[in-house]
Amino acid sequence: MNWYRKLSIKQKQVVWAWTFLALPVLFYVVIRFYPTFGSVLLSFQDWNLLGSKTWIGLENYEKLVADPVFWKVFNNTFIYLLLGTPVSLLISFIIAYHLDKVSFLHATIRAMYFIPFMTSAVAMAWLWRWFYQPVPVGLFNNFLASIGISQLPFLKSTFSALPSVLAPAIWAGLGFQIIIFMAGLRAIPQSYYEAAQIDGVGPWTVLREITIPLLKPTLVFLVVFSSIGFLRIFDQVFNMTTNDPGGPLNSTKPLVLMIYDTAFNAFDMGYAAAQTVVLFTILLLVSLLQLYVMRERT
Amino acid sequence: MSRTKFKASQASLGRGSTYAYKNSLKPASVIRWTLLFMGGILMIMPIIYLLSTSFKWPHEIYNLQIIPDEPTLDNYVYVLEDGRFFTWFGNSAIVAICTTISSVIFDSLVGYTLCKFEFKGKTFVFIAILSTLMIPTEMLIIPWYTMAVDFGWINSYWGIMFPGMMTAFGTFLMKQFFESVPDEFLEAARIDGLNEFQIWWSVAMPLVTPALSALAIFVFLGNWTAFIWPLIVTNDPVLYTLPVGLTTFSVEQSVEWELIMTGAALATIPTLVVFLVFQRYIIRGVVMTGLKG
Repeated sequence: MNWYRKLSIKQKQVVWAWTFLALPVLFYVVIRFYPTFGSVLLSFQDWNLLGSKTWIGLENYEKLVADPVFWKVFNNTFIYLLLGTPVSLLISFIIAYHLDKVSFLHATIRAMYFIPFMTSAVAMAWLWRWFYQPVPVGLFNNFLASIGISQLPFLKSTFSALPSVLAPAIWAGLGFQIIIFMAGLRAIPQSYYEAAQIDGVGPWTVLREITIPLLKPTLVFLVVFSSIGFLRIFDQVFNMTTNDPGGPLNSTKPLVLMIYDTAFNAFDMGYAAAQTVVLFTILLLVSLLQLYVMRERT
Repeated sequence: MSRTKFKASQASLGRGSTYAYKNSLKPASVIRWTLLFMGGILMIMPIIYLLSTSFKWPHEIYNLQIIPDEPTLDNYVYVLEDGRFFTWFGNSAIVAICTTISSVIFDSLVGYTLCKFEFKGKTFVFIAILSTLMIPTEMLIIPWYTMAVDFGWINSYWGIMFPGMMTAFGTFLMKQFFESVPDEFLEAARIDGLNEFQIWWSVAMPLVTPALSALAIFVFLGNWTAFIWPLIVTNDPVLYTLPVGLTTFSVEQSVEWELIMTGAALATIPTLVVFLVFQRYIIRGVVMTGLKG
C-alpha cells in the first residue's frame, strides 16, 4: 500500500471512487448494456434458441410489418395506453383533490385507496377474472342479475375484453397516483390560495389558474410513469386469459405478451427481439413526446 | 382596490375555509367526506370479497354475502396441505430480501460516489446509468435468458435475482438524497482519520435512512410481485416464486374459484400486513420517491 500513501488527497478520492464503482459498472455493462445491444443485434438474425444464428438483415422487421397480428397487438397496446392513462389520472386527481381537503379519518380513507397498490397483479388478475365470470359464478354478473340487468360478457367478447383486463390495472394503480397528486397539491404554497381567497376567486378558477398549472411537474411525472406502465402491461393479461393468451381473437394481446409468445413458445428469438426493439422505440418516443407536450403548455 | 371589491373579499373570508384544511360541518364537506369514504369502501371491496370467498364453502361462493353463513378453513387446509405455497412463499422471500439488500447497498454506494466524489468520467457514468432507465426489462429478457442458459442459472435463485441486484432508479434517488448531506460532515470524518468506506457507511448512510427505507420498500415490493422474469427463468415448481406458483396453481384448479381465491389471498395477506404495520413509512416512501424521482 506504499503507492497509495504517496497519492494526493484528490488522487486518493479517484482511487476510492473507482473502487466503489468497479462492481456496479461491471453490472451495468454486463446486465444492462450488453443485453441491449444483444437484442438489437438479434433482431437482424434468425435463431431458434438451439441452432446457430444466421444474419437475415431486415427480414424480421419486414415480417413484423406484414404480420396482421402485430398490427392488432400494436393497436391494443395503444388502446391500453390511451384508455388507461387519462382515465386513471382523471379519477386519481379528482380523489386526491377532494381527499386533500378532508381531515376527518384522512389516513384511513387514504389507506383504503392505497391498499390495492400493495397487491400482486397476478393475484388480482385471478380475483377479477372470477368477478367477470358468467352467472352463476361471477360476482359482477350475479350482482347485475340481482338488480335485473342482463349479463355482460366481460372477458368473453372481443369488444369488452380489453377494458375488462384494463380495469384491475387502473384500480390497482390509483392509490399510488393519489398519493403523488396529494404530495403535489401540498407543495403548492398556501399563499396563492390565500391571495385567491382575498380576491374572491371561485374554486373553478382557482383549480384552473393555480392548482393545475402549479401541479405540472407532478402531472408530467405521473403521465410518463403510468404511460410506461400501461404500455408494458403483461401480468394481468397473461393471467386473465390463460386458456387463450391474449384472446379472444387477440383482442387483449399487448406487445409484451406477443414478445413472450414469440420468444418462449415459438422460439423465434430474432423475431421476438425485433418486437422488443419496437417496444423500446415506442417507450422512448412516448416519453419524449409527453415531456415535449407538457413543456409547451405552460 | 375599490371598496366594493374589498367587501366582496371580506364576505368570502367570512364564508370560511374553502381552501383551508379545516374540518367544518358544512353540507358540502359532509357530502365530500361521505363520497370519498364510499369510494374508499368500493376500492377495498374486491379485496374484501377475496378474503371472504377464501373462507366460504363451494356452494356459498356464488352469493353476494360478505360474511359466510358457515365460515370454513377447509380451503386453507387444502391449499397449504402439500406445502407448495410455503415453498413459493419462501422463494419469494429469499429473492425479494436478497435483491433488496443488494440494491440498497449498491444503489446508495453508487449514488454517494456520483454525488460526493470528484473524478474524471463521473458525468459519463451517471448519464450511462440513468440511460438504462429507458431500456424496458422486456428488451433484455431474451439475452438474459440465453445468458442464464449458458451459465446454468436456469432454476436457481441467482437466476431469478441477478437482473435486479442493482437499480438505476435507486441510484438516481440516492444521489438526490446524498445532496442534502453537508460536505463538512464528511470532511470532519476525513480529518478524524476515517477512510472513505467508513465515511460512507457510518457517517453518510445514517443521515439518509428515510430514503433507504423508501428504496427498500420499493425494491422489495417490486421483486415480491415480479412475474415475467421468474416465469421465464424457472420451470421447476420447487423454485417458483409466489406469483408464478399462483398462476400454475390457479390454472390447475380451473373452476374451483374458492381455492383460487384462497391462493390469491395467501399471496395478498402478507403485503397487506406489511402495509398496515409500516403504513406511515410506505406512504412517506411513495411521496419521497415520487417527488425526487
